[in-house]
Amino acid sequence: MSTALLTDIVIFVLSLWVGFEVISKVPATLHTPLMSAANSIHGIVLVGAMLIAVTANNAVGYVIAFVAAAFAAMNVTGGYVVTGRMLKMFRRRPTAPAAPAGAPAAPAAQAGQASGNGQRS
Amino acid sequence: MSAFNTVIQLVYVAAASCFVLGLHLMNTPGTARRGNQVSTAGMTAAVAATLALIIHTGAISTTGWIVMAAGALVGGGAGLYLARTVQMTAMPQLVSVFNAVGGGAAALVAIHDYMRLADARAAVPAATTVTTLLDVIIGAVTFSGSVIAAGKLQGVITSAPVTFPGARIVNLLLAAVTLGTGGFLLATTSLPGLVVVLAAALVFGVSMVMPIGGADMPVVISLLNAFTGTAVAMAGFVIGNWALIIAGALVGASGGILTKLMADAMNRSIGNIIVGGFGTGDTAVAAVAGAGSGVQAIAADDAAIQLAYAAKVIIVPGYGLAAAQAQHEVAELAEMLESRGVDVSYAIHPVAGRMPGHMNVLLAEANVPYPQLKEMDDINPEFARTDVALVIGANDVTNPAARRPGTAISGMPILDVDQAKSIIVIKRSMGHGYAGIDNELYVNPKTSMYFADAKKALADMTSAVKTLVA
Repeated sequence: MSTALLTDIVIFVLSLWVGFEVISKVPATLHTPLMSAANSIHGIVLVGAMLIAVTANNAVGYVIAFVAAAFAAMNVTGGYVVTGRMLKMFRRRPTAPAAPAGAPAAPAAQAGQASGNGQRS
Repeated sequence: MSAFNTVIQLVYVAAASCFVLGLHLMNTPGTARRGNQVSTAGMTAAVAATLALIIHTGAISTTGWIVMAAGALVGGGAGLYLARTVQMTAMPQLVSVFNAVGGGAAALVAIHDYMRLADARAAVPAATTVTTLLDVIIGAVTFSGSVIAAGKLQGVITSAPVTFPGARIVNLLLAAVTLGTGGFLLATTSLPGLVVVLAAALVFGVSMVMPIGGADMPVVISLLNAFTGTAVAMAGFVIGNWALIIAGALVGASGGILTKLMADAMNRSIGNIIVGGFGTGDTAVAAVAGAGSGVQAIAADDAAIQLAYAAKVIIVPGYGLAAAQAQHEVAELAEMLESRGVDVSYAIHPVAGRMPGHMNVLLAEANVPYPQLKEMDDINPEFARTDVALVIGANDVTNPAARRPGTAISGMPILDVDQAKSIIVIKRSMGHGYAGIDNELYVNPKTSMYFADAKKALADMTSAVKTLVA
C-alpha cells in the first residue's frame, strides 16, 4: 500500500470520528438544518468537478464536466442558502409585528447573508 | 511540492477546519447561523483556491472554461431558485434532490478520471480502481435512490411501498453483476465495464427505495445523506484531494448518526426498513368519525374552556399538522393561551415530520420560539404535571400500546401523553397511523376527540378561546 493511500485512509477515518463527536452534540431541534448544512458541505465535490474541466478533452468529457459542475454548484449554493433561511427562523422570542402569522417566507432574499439583527439574545 | 501548491493545500486544510467548526457551532440554535456562515466562508475559500490552481497550471482549454462556468451558472442558479422558493413542508424533497446531485457529481468525477486513465492506456493501480468503483456505485445508488425518494415525498411517485415478486432475485442479480464486473475491472482497465457497474448501481438505487413506505422516509433520507458523504469522500480518494475526503467523512458521520437516531425512534433496524413492506403510505383510512366504543367527541367551546383555564398545556404535533399546513394556526392558539398566562410547550417526537427535525423547522417558521420546542426525553416527565395535552395529527407516537409487548409498535419510544390530566386529540377520522393498529389513547376516559382537519379545528378553537375571554 502506498504512503499516499495510507495517509488518505488515516484522514478519512479520523474525520469520521471528528464528525461523530461534533454531530452527536447537535440538538434534535436543529436536525433538519444540520442535514441541509451537511448537504452544502458535500458540495465540496464542486472542487472535483472544476478539476475535471481541466483534463476534459473530448465531447463526452465536456458533457460530464458540465453536468458535474452544474450538479455540484446546485448542491453548494442551494444548500447554504436554504440552511441560512431555516436558521433565520429559529428565534428565542417571537418577533413582535414583523412576521404576521400566515406570512410566507418572504425574507428569503437575504437568506444566508450575515445580518446579525440580535437574534442571539 | 512548489510553494504555490503548498499554499493551495493549506487553504484546503483551512476550509476543512471551517466545516468542522461550522458543524460544531450548530450545537445550539443561537450559534447555528454563525456556523453556517463559517462553513460558507470555508467553501468559498476552497473554490477560490481551486480557481487559482487552475489558472496557475494553465492547462485548461477555452472550452473547459466555458463548460465549467456554464455548468456552475446553471447549477448555481437552479440551486438558488429552489432554496429561496421552497416551502418548508417540502424541505425533505429538497434535501433529497441535493443528495441526488451531490452523489451524482461525485460519481461523475470518478467516471471522468477513469476515462482519462483508460484513454491514456495507463495501468490503473488497484487502489484507484477500488475507490473509483466505490465512488461510482455509492454515488449512482444515491443519485437514483434520492430521485425516487424525492418523487415519493413530492407525491409524484406513490408513497406506498412498491414491491413486486422476484424483487429480491433482481437485487441479488444486480449485486452479482456489480461484484463480477468489479472483479474484472481489477484485472483489466475497461471503460465499458465501468458503465455496466454504473447502470447496475442506478437500477439498484431505484429498487432499493421503491419498496420503502412514506412513513419511513426520515430514515431513508438520512441514509442517502450518509451515502452522498461517503461518495464524495471516495471522489477525494480518486482525485487525491483531502478537502473532499474530510468533508465527505463529516457528512457520512452526520448521516450515519441521524439514520441511527431515526431508526431507534421507530424501534426498527435499518435492515428491516430497507427490506421494506411494513411502512405504508400516508393515506388516511376513511373510517366513520366517532365510531368505536368509548370514544368521546368534544365541541370547540368545551375544548376552549379546558385550554383557557389550564395552567400548563403541551401541544403534540404530528405529520397531520404539517399535512394540513396548520402550523401558523397552532402558533396563534398557543400565543393566545400564553397571553393568558398558560404555560405552553411543544412535545416533538423524533419522527414527527418527514425528515429528522422537520417539525421544529415548521414551527420555527410559524414564529414559535425555539425554547418551547422540547425533545421527547425532556418533555416526557412533564406530562404528569400537565392539565391539557393537545394532540394534533400525531398517532402512533402517542399510542400507549407501545409499552406492552406483542403489538406492531412494541418498544417504540413514545410521548407519555396519557399521563396528562386531560387529553384533546384533533384528528380527521379514527383512521390508523402507519403501523395500522388502533390507538389506545383514543379510548382513554381522559381523552376527548375533535374530528376535523387540523387547520379548521385550530381556527375554531382559537375563535372559541377569543369569545370566551372577551
